Amino acid sequence: MTKLLQTLMDGVSVGSLYALIALGYTMVYGILKFINFAHSDIFMLGAWVSFTLATLMGWTSDAPWIAGPAVICGSMLICGTIGFVIERLAYRPLRAAPRINVLITAIGVSLFLENVGQLEYVFGTRPQRMPSLLPDTVLASVAGVSIRLVDVLVIGIAFSLMGALEYLVFSTKLGRAMRAVSHDLKTASLMGIDVDRVISITFIIGSSLAAAAGFLTAAKYPSINQPAHSNWILFGLKAFVAAVVGGIGNVRGAMAGGLMIGLVEMFGAAFFSPNLRDVYVFTLLIVVLLIKPDGLLGRATVEKV
Amino acid sequence: MSTMLEISGLHVSYGAIQALHGVDLKVEEGQIVTLIGSNGAGKSTTLRAVSGLLKPVSGTITFHGQRIDGMKAHDIVRLGISQAPEGRGVFANMTVAENLDLGAYVRDDKAGIASDMERSLDLFPRLRERLQQKAGTLSGGEQQMLAIGRALLARPKLLLLDEPSLGLAPQVVATIFQILRDINKSGTTILLVEQNAHMALEVAHRGYVLEVGRVVLSDDAKVLAQSDEVRKHYLGVG
Ligand SMILES: Nc1ncnc2c1ncn2[C@@H]1O[C@H](COP(=O)(O)OP(=O)(O)OP(=O)(O)O)[C@@H](O)[C@H]1O
Ligand SMILES: [Mg+2]
Repeated sequence: MTKLLQTLMDGVSVGSLYALIALGYTMVYGILKFINFAHSDIFMLGAWVSFTLATLMGWTSDAPWIAGPAVICGSMLICGTIGFVIERLAYRPLRAAPRINVLITAIGVSLFLENVGQLEYVFGTRPQRMPSLLPDTVLASVAGVSIRLVDVLVIGIAFSLMGALEYLVFSTKLGRAMRAVSHDLKTASLMGIDVDRVISITFIIGSSLAAAAGFLTAAKYPSINQPAHSNWILFGLKAFVAAVVGGIGNVRGAMAGGLMIGLVEMFGAAFFSPNLRDVYVFTLLIVVLLIKPDGLLGRATVEKV
Repeated sequence: MSTMLEISGLHVSYGAIQALHGVDLKVEEGQIVTLIGSNGAGKSTTLRAVSGLLKPVSGTITFHGQRIDGMKAHDIVRLGISQAPEGRGVFANMTVAENLDLGAYVRDDKAGIASDMERSLDLFPRLRERLQQKAGTLSGGEQQMLAIGRALLARPKLLLLDEPSLGLAPQVVATIFQILRDINKSGTTILLVEQNAHMALEVAHRGYVLEVGRVVLSDDAKVLAQSDEVRKHYLGVG
C-alpha cells in the first residue's frame, strides 16, 4: 500500500513534467507538421538558465521565498525568447520547404544549443547542483508515505500551467486562432489571422513550458547534467513519446500522454525491474500505435469532400 | 457605380507551372460578377491571388483604387475582402459556432458581430440547429452554408465564392443561389467562381469566361448566356 501510493506520487510528478514538455512538441507539430528536435534542448536550457539565474542572484543557500517564483519566471521568459528567435531565424525561412529540410534544421539547432551550452563561458562541461529554491519539508505522512512539499509544488505548478494553457487554447480568441492555424494555415489566413504571429506565439508558449519543466526537474532532481548529456535527450524523447501516445497535435492528448508515460515508467520500475524503465515507455508507445495509430486522443474526424 | 476590384495583366505561377497568363477583370460595386471556365482554367488561382494567398509574378490587383497585390492575406481580409474557398475549408475539429466566430476574427464590435451572426443563422437555419456540432460532421451542403455564413461574418465589402454549388443536390444549389441574391441585394458585392455556368449567369450581372489562364469572353451575363460560344461549351446546348 505504501509502495503503491509512493509510486503513484512519483508517477504523477514525473508524468506532469513529461506533459509540460510534450505540449511544446505537440503544439509545434500541430501547426507546422514537423518534430522540433531542438525542443528537448530548450528543456535543458530551462534547467541551466534557472541554475545560472539562482547563482547570479546569490541564492545558493537560504534563498528567500521570492527566489523560486523569480527564477522560474525568468527562465520561462528567457527560454521563450530563445524559442521565438529559433523559429524566426531557423524555421521561418523554410516555411515552404519540404518537411525533411526543416527536420534536419531542427537537429542542427539541437546540436548547436547543446554545444554552445558546453562552452566554458556559457554553462561549461561539468554537472552542477541546483540550489534548493522551493521549500522542501515533509508536509505529512500518509500511510507511511512522506509527502514532500517539493513534490506537491512540482505537481501543483505543472498542473496550473497546463490548466492555463487549456484555458488559452479552448476558451480564448487567440486559442481559437491557434487551433485554426493548426487545422490549415491558408484557410486561417483567410479569416484574417496573422499566421506568422500565431506561430511565434506558439513557439514562445511551448518553449516557456519546457523551461518551466526544466526548472521543476532541477528542483526535484538537483544534480544537473552537463548540457550535452544524453539524459536530456532521453527525457525529451519520452516527452515526445507522450505526445505521440496522446495523439500528436492534440493538446489534451499531450497532457494525458505525459501522465500515462510517467505512471507506466514508475510502476514498471517499482514493481518489476528499475533497469527496464525506458523499455516500458517504448513498449507502451508500440502498443498504443498498434491499437490506435493516431494516438489515444488523435484526430478521428472524417473530412467530407 | 464605381469599380471595386480591378485585376489587370495578372500572371501567376506555381513554381514552373504558369497558371494565369495576363488576366484582366473588373468588379463594379454592388454587382454579382461570375468567373466561369472548365477544370484547370485558373479560376481558383485568380481568387487566391486576390486574397493574397498567391503572389502574382506580374500584373496588378486594386481594391477601391488601392494596390493589394503583394499584401498579406490577413491584411486583405481587414480591407473588406473575404473568401469562401474551394472545398469549403471549414475547421472540421471545431464547432459550427467556433467556425462562425472565426469568420468575425478581424472585428471587435461585439454588438455588430452578434447581429451579423443572427443574420447568417437566419440565412441558413440549418446551422442554427447545429451550432454546437463539430463542423466535420456536417453534410457537404451544410459545410458550404457554413463556409458562406462564416465569410459573411467578416462583414465583407467584396465576397469571393469558389464553386459554392460543387457536389450539391440541385435543390440545395437553388437555395444557395437565392441566398446569394439576397446577400447581394443587402449591399455585398460578389465575385462568384462557378462551373455551373447556367446558374451562375442567371444570378450574375456580368460574366467572364476563363480558358487556360486567359479571359476569352466577357460581357453582360444575359448576353453571355445567349452567346454561341458559351451555349456550346459551358451550357451544353447547340
Ligand atoms: N498548388 C498547385 N501547384 C501546382 N499547380 C497548380 C496548383 N494549383 C493549381 N495548379 C494548376 O494551375 C492551373 C489552374 O488551377 P486552378 O485551381 O486555378 O483551376 P480552376 O479553374 O479553379 O479549376 P477547377 O474548376 O477544377 O477548380 C491548373 O493547371 C492546375 O493544375
Ligand atoms: Mg478551382
